[in-house]
Amino acid sequence: MRAALRQLPSALGMVLVFTVLTGLLYPMAVTGAAQALFGDRADGSPVVRDGQVVGSRLLSQPFTGPGYFHPRPSAVDHDGSHSGASQLGPTDPALLADIEARAVAYREENGLAAGAEVPVDAVTASGSGLDPHISTANARLQAPRVARDRGLDRAEVLALVEEHTQGRWAGVLGDPGVNVLELNLALDESAEEGA
Amino acid sequence: MSGAAWSQFAALIALLLLTAPPLGRYLAAVYGDAGRAPGDRVFLPVERAVYRLCRVDAGREQRWTGYALSLLAFSLVSFLLLYALLRLQGVLPLNPVGLPGVAPNVAFNAAVSFVTNTNWQSYGGEYTMSHLSQMAGLTVQNFVSAAAGMAVMAALVRGLARRRAATVGNFWVDLTRGTVRVLLPLSFALAVVLAGQGVVQNLSGHTAAATLEGARQLIPGGPAAGQVAIKQLGTNGGGFFDMNSAHPFENPTPLSNLVENWAILVIPFALAFAYGHLVGDRRQGRAVFAVMAVVWAGMSVAAMALETAGNPRLDALGVDQAAGYLEGKETRFGAAASGLWAASTTGTSNGSVNAMHDSLTPMGGGTALIHMMLGEVSPGGAGVGLNGLLVMAVLAVFVAGLMVGRTPEYLGKKIQAAEMKLVVLYLLAMPTVLLGFAAASSVLDTALASRSAEGPHGLTEILYAYASAANNNGSAFAGLDSTTYWYTTTLGLAMLVGRFLLIIPVLAIAGSLARKQPAPATAGTLPTHTLLFGGLLIGVVVVVAGLTFLPALALGPIVEHLSL
Repeated sequence: MRAALRQLPSALGMVLVFTVLTGLLYPMAVTGAAQALFGDRADGSPVVRDGQVVGSRLLSQPFTGPGYFHPRPSAVDHDGSHSGASQLGPTDPALLADIEARAVAYREENGLAAGAEVPVDAVTASGSGLDPHISTANARLQAPRVARDRGLDRAEVLALVEEHTQGRWAGVLGDPGVNVLELNLALDESAEEGA
Repeated sequence: MSGAAWSQFAALIALLLLTAPPLGRYLAAVYGDAGRAPGDRVFLPVERAVYRLCRVDAGREQRWTGYALSLLAFSLVSFLLLYALLRLQGVLPLNPVGLPGVAPNVAFNAAVSFVTNTNWQSYGGEYTMSHLSQMAGLTVQNFVSAAAGMAVMAALVRGLARRRAATVGNFWVDLTRGTVRVLLPLSFALAVVLAGQGVVQNLSGHTAAATLEGARQLIPGGPAAGQVAIKQLGTNGGGFFDMNSAHPFENPTPLSNLVENWAILVIPFALAFAYGHLVGDRRQGRAVFAVMAVVWAGMSVAAMALETAGNPRLDALGVDQAAGYLEGKETRFGAAASGLWAASTTGTSNGSVNAMHDSLTPMGGGTALIHMMLGEVSPGGAGVGLNGLLVMAVLAVFVAGLMVGRTPEYLGKKIQAAEMKLVVLYLLAMPTVLLGFAAASSVLDTALASRSAEGPHGLTEILYAYASAANNNGSAFAGLDSTTYWYTTTLGLAMLVGRFLLIIPVLAIAGSLARKQPAPATAGTLPTHTLLFGGLLIGVVVVVAGLTFLPALALGPIVEHLSL
């Protein structure tokens, strides 16, 4: 017992020393380096329009209007301060009912035939609830609706989708997708140019 | 599985093969007896200052008992200070969002969790922990719990390498060197790379944004990049944000995803090579590496194939699953990279997730569960993974010895009754708490109420929670509400058993082996660097886990899979 007690002062010293070293100096050094080198990216990649922060390039927004592309379903309604997922298992009846309802709504919104295949990302909730991307297939299916609502050529909107498609990184990593916020910003921009 | 999926897998393997052997050589210099290591000019003054401040005599080595007592004292003080910090964060600085003190049971669970390198989280980081708690509390334990695990590995390897020695090293020295020379520089470099990809690193609170449709959205801030770097490198896994490495602010791009996946694996794999250097026989290190890599690769391919194949239940609903099954997954990673991560995070004691494991396909989630039940030896946690595999290697030579009726030896050290008793103690601790608590949770109404589903999936949620805690993993089937007193308490106990009832037998084995004089190899010695022994070792790992867990698995993920 005495041998154990003799260890305590060293233990306390070690915890305190490492708290200073790894808990204060290290995060401060990383903050300094990240802010100096990357600024915006270390601050959450904010998107500024007309001097106003309109979102983060990396966080999805709850777009619902027909004139905007819609993000993937979110279990937390795209709450930036509270990420979350459905956490429902693959055979959960509640999940399957959700997916079925989303598929029906998606077909209706986008003028697809009943029973037409819908892209999996359009009807499943993302892991973070803040997934900024949708698949290219999903964006292409939404393009006619967006074009109709904005009175644009379908080809014009599809061209914007192509332009904002991010392929696999180096052709290898991840899956291709479209950043919804960036695409919608581009839509608004082209509208301003046209006006 | 598509060509792109295989290419991602190949890219990760190439990155590991390129970096793990040199890092292993460096680690061997850090923990070796040579007295000199690269970077002495920078690191030695820092280390000497640490020893002076803490009144540690760095020249004095410890017997295994002293080593274990130091580790326990360090863990106890860490736990008490972290618990106090979490409870008091409401009145402390660096709390821009004004979060209150953490509730007692959650603070207990979190303190145990981070001190044991588990990083199970029964809370959501961005709405529970102040910046001060994240930095001065959780980040610190991310570093030192990993360094402590590597220290125990160093002690065990010294026990194998030394002859007629009474001591196995000095815990304070190993802890300091591991933190200062390995984890801090690697983490700093990784954190800067991640910040460049978009991982946030600032001390702000929320930024309010006015969305294009006129809604209000809060953009969270915080010192995330630094913590994410060490959470991966130290096989900790606790997220800065609730949704962990699925959150775009923790893992913003496919490239950050690859780099983080690499960071989860690189130190455990490198330690296999370090082991070869430290025992003076690099073939031994390569053999251990090969065993770890084969099991990890097998589990990775299984998880990737299962997640990209989709969920058959969705076919009837008219869902096109060419991209795989994406519930709980992020578009930028895709199903393949999510499966690869799931296998990597459970083969190590990491437990960070880039997709929600509760929503994986039945056998995809089952693969993650089984990978933990193998004892996390492929490649395992920082330090503790190699310990686990070396304990398994001792068991394997013992089994082989029984077959031919010869006293088993490992690296020339005779394996006798004393060591085998400790091996059995090590092997029984994790399954006992895992199955014991899971069984209790399957009959108690309070525990059953936490499940998100009844039937096999609900059982899998319970099994997964205790497998994660008892193996110090930290990933979760998060549909299970683990914030109740029952789960915060029992999972906390399971984490303590999974940490200390494994580390103490390992140190005792180290002390016992260090005292022995190695026997010269003869024609009758079983070589432990061959393909045959590698196969035997994998067989032992699989058979031990299979005999222990197959009945429980059959009632959980296996039956759910068959019901598809």
